[in-house]
Amino acid sequence: MHRVAIAGIGETDYSRNSGRSETRLALDAIQHALDDAGIDRTEVDGLMRWSVDTTSEEEVAANLGVKDLAWFGEVNQAGNVGAALVTHAAAAITAGLANVVVIYRGVNGRSGRRYGRGEVTGRRGQGGAAYTEPFGILTPQHGLAMLARRRMHEFGTTSRQFGWVAVSEREHANRNPRATYYDRPLTIEDHQDSRLIVDPFRLFDCCLETDGGGAIVLTSTERARDLKQPPALIRAAAQSGYSERPYVDTAATSTAPRLWAQAELRPDEIDVVQIYDHFAPFVIFALEDYGFVRRGEGGPFVEAGGMRWDGGTLPVNTSGGHLSEAYLQGMNQLIESVRQVRGTSTSQVADAHLSFCDTGIGTGAIILERDR
Amino acid sequence: MTSTPGGRPDFPLPVPNEDGAPFWEHLRAGELCIQQCTSCGRLQHPPRVLCPGCGSPDRDWAPMSGRGTVYSFVVTHQAIHPSFEGHLPYVTALVELEEGPRLATNLLDIPPGEVEIGMPVEVELVPVSDEITLPLFRRPSSPRVE
Repeated sequence: MHRVAIAGIGETDYSRNSGRSETRLALDAIQHALDDAGIDRTEVDGLMRWSVDTTSEEEVAANLGVKDLAWFGEVNQAGNVGAALVTHAAAAITAGLANVVVIYRGVNGRSGRRYGRGEVTGRRGQGGAAYTEPFGILTPQHGLAMLARRRMHEFGTTSRQFGWVAVSEREHANRNPRATYYDRPLTIEDHQDSRLIVDPFRLFDCCLETDGGGAIVLTSTERARDLKQPPALIRAAAQSGYSERPYVDTAATSTAPRLWAQAELRPDEIDVVQIYDHFAPFVIFALEDYGFVRRGEGGPFVEAGGMRWDGGTLPVNTSGGHLSEAYLQGMNQLIESVRQVRGTSTSQVADAHLSFCDTGIGTGAIILERDR
Repeated sequence: MTSTPGGRPDFPLPVPNEDGAPFWEHLRAGELCIQQCTSCGRLQHPPRVLCPGCGSPDRDWAPMSGRGTVYSFVVTHQAIHPSFEGHLPYVTALVELEEGPRLATNLLDIPPGEVEIGMPVEVELVPVSDEITLPLFRRPSSPRVE
């Protein structure tokens, strides 16, 4: 994958009520990302998106004035497809099927469709939901809480350790003026006193709901070196569909061996990490399942401050993550992982060369590298 | 607050498809059966078109003992779907049958504070409509013989 780089990043503001359409949010973010890269909109020949989003590639292409849309597509699951999209786009560029691919989102996740609500995500008992929804598994949260409870049982992870994920991320958000919770501190007591939503998840284990847009621009490394920003080289990108033990393991048990082999790296060589945190414990589970720490050691690691920018050995979710910056379902974390190799994060890890980003329950991750 | 006649939350009822219909037909007839591959014997839940173990399309429906243990559980405290209103806190469990398969279910007459991973339970078939009977679980009626 070395031949492909992320050349541009763009975001809108993050809010609870954008006052704009999802299409407008996506187009604003795309324009910011193209301006950041220094690429004209008419040069875009590839567009990719989350299948759950509402703004089609055709709609974006028509708005941008794209002359020849050579590559487009969605990856179909849920919010967890960011790394899969990067994998597809990088494969297309490597194969010579497209030159400039934009991955984009625009979502009114708070003022519009709220993903945490069963009315939005429910499938009315159809398909596989016939075996879950009649018993009250009606949101993604229910299935994920089921996994979390089992892991607590098997590995001794505690709610208080989940809380240290939330507190560490809040510290990072408090350093990031763009973050939703920029000016609101959080203590471990605040977390432990917060109400239960779906036990074992408390309020501060749950991600934000956000209106906003984001986009990243991929092109060949050769081309990226001639553009405005230092390129973020794609050292590795991998996706996977399942775990063998769905209520114990994340899919990282499948993704990790291929990702590390492709990168020719070990986890201890990574400088900074972003992990999809729709729920706080999934930071702990991903650290374990990707091999950054051993099974059962993720909880003690975060409790000892290991993921904090200030003094931690492996800073995680340095923009505040989905818990405290914004919930763009992986997009804002892909953008933060680029900032870290550029050296422009508000919680910049000194001399960061290798930046890791998981985009959901272990189903995909990328590793970015600072250019030589 | 919305409830079904039996006092359960008004959750969506299953819409059986062609491949899974026998699971629900057996329940309606009074038996908990799980899809079983007639080639390799593997039990599969939820039902699939092909056996994930050997790839065979040939399967039958094997009666289960109805005994199992709680593998995991969650307790809903906030009505993040309207059907939970008036029924909180509400336990949803994953039960591992002694034959191996795991089923999402609800627990009858076990308060949220008493649910534990590993506790033994036993199936009770509860009709919720003319077509649909759900496999729910309760404490075993007699002590288990290990």
